[in-house]
Amino acid sequence: MMPTFGVIVFPGSNCDHDAYHAMKHVMNAEVRFLWHKDTDLSGIDFLIVPGGFSYGDYLRSGAIARFSPIMQEVIKYAEKGGPVMGICNGFQILLESGLLPGSMMHNQKLRFVCKNVYLRCESTDSLFTNSLDKGQVFDIPVSHGEGNYFIEDDGLKSLHDNDQVLFRYCNEDGELTEEANFNGSVDHIAGICNTGRNVLGMMPHPERAMEGILGSEDGKPIFESILNALSVA
Amino acid sequence: MGSVNSNAEITLFIMSQTATKEPEVTLELALDHGLTEEEFEMIKDRLGRIPTFTELGVYSVMWSEHCSYKNSIIELKKLPRDGEHLLVGAGEENAGLVDIGEGLGCAFKIESHNHPSAIEPYEGAATGVGGIHRDIFTMGARPVASLNSLRFGSMDNPKVRYLLDGVVRGIGDYGNSFGIPVIGGEVYFDESYEGNPLVNAMSIGLVKEGETVSAISEGIGNPVIIVGASTGRDGIHGATFASEEISEESEAKRPSVQVGDPFTEKLLLEASLEVLKTGAVVGMQDMGAAGIACSTSEMTDKGGQGMKIDLDKVPAREDGMTAYELLLSESQERMLIVAEKGREQEVIDVYEKWDLHGVVIGEVVDTENVTYWKEGEIKADIPAEHLVLGGGAPQYVRETKKPGYLDEVQNFDVYSLDHPSDYADTIKKLLSSPNIASKRWVHEQYDTTVRTNTVTSPGASDSGVIRIKGTNRGLVAKTDCNGRYVYLNPKRGGQIAVIESARNVVCSGGKPMAITNCLNFGNPYKPEVYWTFKEALSGMGEACRALNTPVTGGNVSFYNENPNGAIFPSPIIGMLGLIEDVEKHTTTPAFKNDGDVILYVGADRTGLGGSEYLKTIHELTKGDAPALDIDFEVQLQEALLDAIKSGYVTAAHDISDGGLAITLAEMAIFGKKGASVSLDKLDGSDLEILFSEAQSGVVISIDRDNFNAVSEHFAKAGVPAVQLGAVAGSSLNIEGVGSLDIAEMTTLHESTIPQAMEA
Repeated sequence: MMPTFGVIVFPGSNCDHDAYHAMKHVMNAEVRFLWHKDTDLSGIDFLIVPGGFSYGDYLRSGAIARFSPIMQEVIKYAEKGGPVMGICNGFQILLESGLLPGSMMHNQKLRFVCKNVYLRCESTDSLFTNSLDKGQVFDIPVSHGEGNYFIEDDGLKSLHDNDQVLFRYCNEDGELTEEANFNGSVDHIAGICNTGRNVLGMMPHPERAMEGILGSEDGKPIFESILNALSVA
Repeated sequence: MGSVNSNAEITLFIMSQTATKEPEVTLELALDHGLTEEEFEMIKDRLGRIPTFTELGVYSVMWSEHCSYKNSIIELKKLPRDGEHLLVGAGEENAGLVDIGEGLGCAFKIESHNHPSAIEPYEGAATGVGGIHRDIFTMGARPVASLNSLRFGSMDNPKVRYLLDGVVRGIGDYGNSFGIPVIGGEVYFDESYEGNPLVNAMSIGLVKEGETVSAISEGIGNPVIIVGASTGRDGIHGATFASEEISEESEAKRPSVQVGDPFTEKLLLEASLEVLKTGAVVGMQDMGAAGIACSTSEMTDKGGQGMKIDLDKVPAREDGMTAYELLLSESQERMLIVAEKGREQEVIDVYEKWDLHGVVIGEVVDTENVTYWKEGEIKADIPAEHLVLGGGAPQYVRETKKPGYLDEVQNFDVYSLDHPSDYADTIKKLLSSPNIASKRWVHEQYDTTVRTNTVTSPGASDSGVIRIKGTNRGLVAKTDCNGRYVYLNPKRGGQIAVIESARNVVCSGGKPMAITNCLNFGNPYKPEVYWTFKEALSGMGEACRALNTPVTGGNVSFYNENPNGAIFPSPIIGMLGLIEDVEKHTTTPAFKNDGDVILYVGADRTGLGGSEYLKTIHELTKGDAPALDIDFEVQLQEALLDAIKSGYVTAAHDISDGGLAITLAEMAIFGKKGASVSLDKLDGSDLEILFSEAQSGVVISIDRDNFNAVSEHFAKAGVPAVQLGAVAGSSLNIEGVGSLDIAEMTTLHESTIPQAMEA
C-alpha cells in the first residue's frame, strides 16, 4: 500500500500546495493536508512541514509555529521515530521546536535570495538520501531570507561526528567555494538530520525541482529515497 | 484645485476636531478636500442641501481622480474593449477576465502605487502588490503569478538607490510572504522619473468557469459583512493624495501611505476562496482606495438597491474613530461581502477559522442610497449613483495642446553627431548601461518559483511563462513600455508599447490575447500633458485593434510630476497570452545548440531616434520614435508564432533596447554559447543595423536541417528572413565589428546594478 504523507498547513504556509502536488501528482503517493489546530496524526506515515511564512514570521522564522497545537504532536511523533521533513520555513520550525540542533540567521547579505543552487549530498545513510550517491551534485531552488544556518563549534563537530550533515551548498563541480555558500551558512550547511536520522531539515526546495518543464528534476531522488525507505519499513 | 499641502493639514485638523463636533462645511473646506468650486456646487445641487462633513469626505475621495477617473474615462472608453475571449467587459469588475479554455478563466490587472512609493518606498510598493492581488481574488480567482514595472531616476542619485532598494524589498517581502511568484517585469532608469518613481504591479489569477463572484450588492435584507483586518487611521485620503502632484510638502503625507500585512492578506485569500465554496456569498468587493466608502457605494450602485451601514460595528484598531475616519480609512487586507440572509454565520465561521474578523455591519435596503450610521445618528446619506465612476461622478474633457518640444526633438539630425568607430566597445558600454544591464539583483529578491508553475525565469526570457496544472497550456505575460518613445512621439510610442509587449509574448511561444494597462502621465490640467495622453491612447487603441487584443481594464495614474516637470508619458502595457502546448511551444532567447543557424526576421533596421545607443553614448533623448508598420508587424508575429508551433525555432529574441547588437549579445550570454555572424545581407549602415530600435525585428535560431523549410515558411508569409550566421564557440564574432568574449560580456551585463547598489 502506498504510504500516506501529511502536509501541515499553518496560517502563512505557502509551499503546502507545492508539497502536496509533488507527492500526489509527481510521486503518485497519498497526501493529506493537516490543519495547524488539529492534533490527530493517525494514519500518517511521513510528515512534511512545508515552506512559507508561518504566522507571518514577523518575530523570528518558525518561532510562533513551534507553539501551535499540531507541533506538540509532531514533536511526539518525531520522538517516537516518525519520519519528518522540514523544508525552508519547515526547517526553521524544526529548529525552533528543538527537533534539530542549531539556529537560523538572516542571510549574510541581509537580502532575500531566490535562485537555483547546487547541493552536494554528504551522506547516503538516511531515509531521505538512500537513492543518491555520496558527493552527488544536484540543482535545487532556494528561496529564503533567513537561511544562514548557525551552530557553535561543539555542535558542528557533533553534527559531523554523527554524520548528520546531509546537504551542503557547492558549485556546479561540487566544490565548496565561498561564492556557492550564498547565505553564509556555517560550513556550507544546507540540510541536516537528527541523531535518530528520522528528522530532516533543509533550506532548499526539492519539491520545486520535480518536473523537467520547471527546469530541474533533481529533487525527485530525495522523495524516491523516502518512498524506498517507507516501502521497506 | 485646493492648495497642494491641504490634505495633510486637513487630516490633522480632523483628528483634533472630530472627537467633539464635526466642522462646518464651507466652500473653503471643500477646496481643501481637493474638490473644485464647480464640483462643490454639483454636490449641493444633487443633494439639495449642503453635505455633512462626513459626506464631504466621501464625495471628495470618490470624486478624486484616483477613484472617479474623471479626467480619463471619456478617453478610456475609446479603447477597444470587446473581444471573443472576454468573460467580463472592461471596468465591469475588479479585473479583466479572459476565457483561456479547458473551463478556466484568467483574471488579470495592473495598477500603480507611484505616489505612496515616492515617499515611503517599502510600504508603498508592498501595499501596491497587496492591492492588486486583492483585485484578483475578490473575483474568486486564485492569484498564480505577478509582474511589475518600475521606473526610477538616474542610479547616480543616492535617493534613487534608496527608492529602488525600498521598492524591491517591499515587493519582495509582500509577494514572497503571500506566496505568489514574480514571473517577469522591467526596471528602467531615466532622469525624468527623478522624485516620482513609477511602481506598477500586475497580478494574474485563475478561476474555474462558473466560480467567479461579482462585486454586487443585492437582495433586500441581505447582510453586509466586513471581513479581514480591523480598520485603523492609516491611509486616510490616500486616494486624494494620489490625485495631486508630488511636491516638497508630500513628505508630510507619509501618514496617507497604507501599511501592508502580507500574512493577513494570505489568510484573507484562503478564507475568501473558501467562503465562496459555501454558496452563501452574493457579492464580494475588496477595499482599496477610499475603503468602506468606495466598496459600499460601488457594490450598491451595481445592484441598484440601497445599503445601510452601522459604523459602530466596524472592528476598529483604535478608540474614538469618527464616521469620517472609518469611511475613508485605507487600512489594508479588508473585504466587503454581501451574503444571503440567514447564512451570515457560514461566512463568519470561515473567516474565524482563519482567525480573521467577520462582522455584520449592515444590510441591503429598499432605497438607492448608501446610509452610514454612527452612535444612533445618520452621518452620511448619499445616492450611491452620485459617487461612482460611470455614474454621477464628474467626467471631463480637458484642454489639449501639442507640446512645443516635439518638433524640436523629432527634427534632430542624428547623422550630425560624431559616431564612434569601435562598435565592439559601444556594445560593451550598452551591455553595462543600467537599462540594459541584467536585473538579476532585483529579481533574485523575489520568490520566482513558489507554486511550482514557473517555466521561464525572469531576466532570461522575453516574457514570463507559467504552466497551468492539469492542462497542457501555459500563460505568458509581459509588462512593457518605452517611455522615451512615447515622449518623442506619443501616438507611435503608444502603438509600440502594445506591439512590443505582444512581440515578446510571441517570442515566448504564446498568442497575445488581451491587455491591461497602467497609464502613468503628468498633470491632466496641463494641456500638453492631456494632448500626449490622448495621442498615446489613440496609438494604443490602433495597435490593440490590429492585434485583436482588447483592453480589459487597468488604472490611470495622473499627476506624476516632480519640480522639473512631468515624467516621460508611460502607458505600461500588461500583455496576456496563451501557450497552447507549454511543453512544446515555450521558447527562450538563449542559444541552445552549436551549429544552429541564426536568422534575422523582420523589417529594415533603420533610424536611431529614441535609442539606448543615443542615450548611453551621446546622452540624448532625441529623434523620432522607432519606425513601425503595424500591418507588417502583425504579419511578422503570426508567421513567427506559426514557426514556433511547427517546432522550427530553438531560440527567439525580440529586438528592442540596444538594437540587434544587444539582442545577439543577450542570446549568447543567456545560452553561454557564442556565434559568428555577418551583417552583409542586411541593408543599411552597420551603425543602424547594430543599434537601431526599429520595430518588427526578431532574431531566431533554428536547426540547420530546417533551414529550407523555415526560409520557405517566412517567404510565404511575406516576411523577410535573412541568415546572419550560426551558433558556435565561446565568443560573439560580428564580421567587421570584432569579437566579444562571452565571459567578459556576462561580467559587464551582470555587474552594473549590484555594483551600484552594494557599494
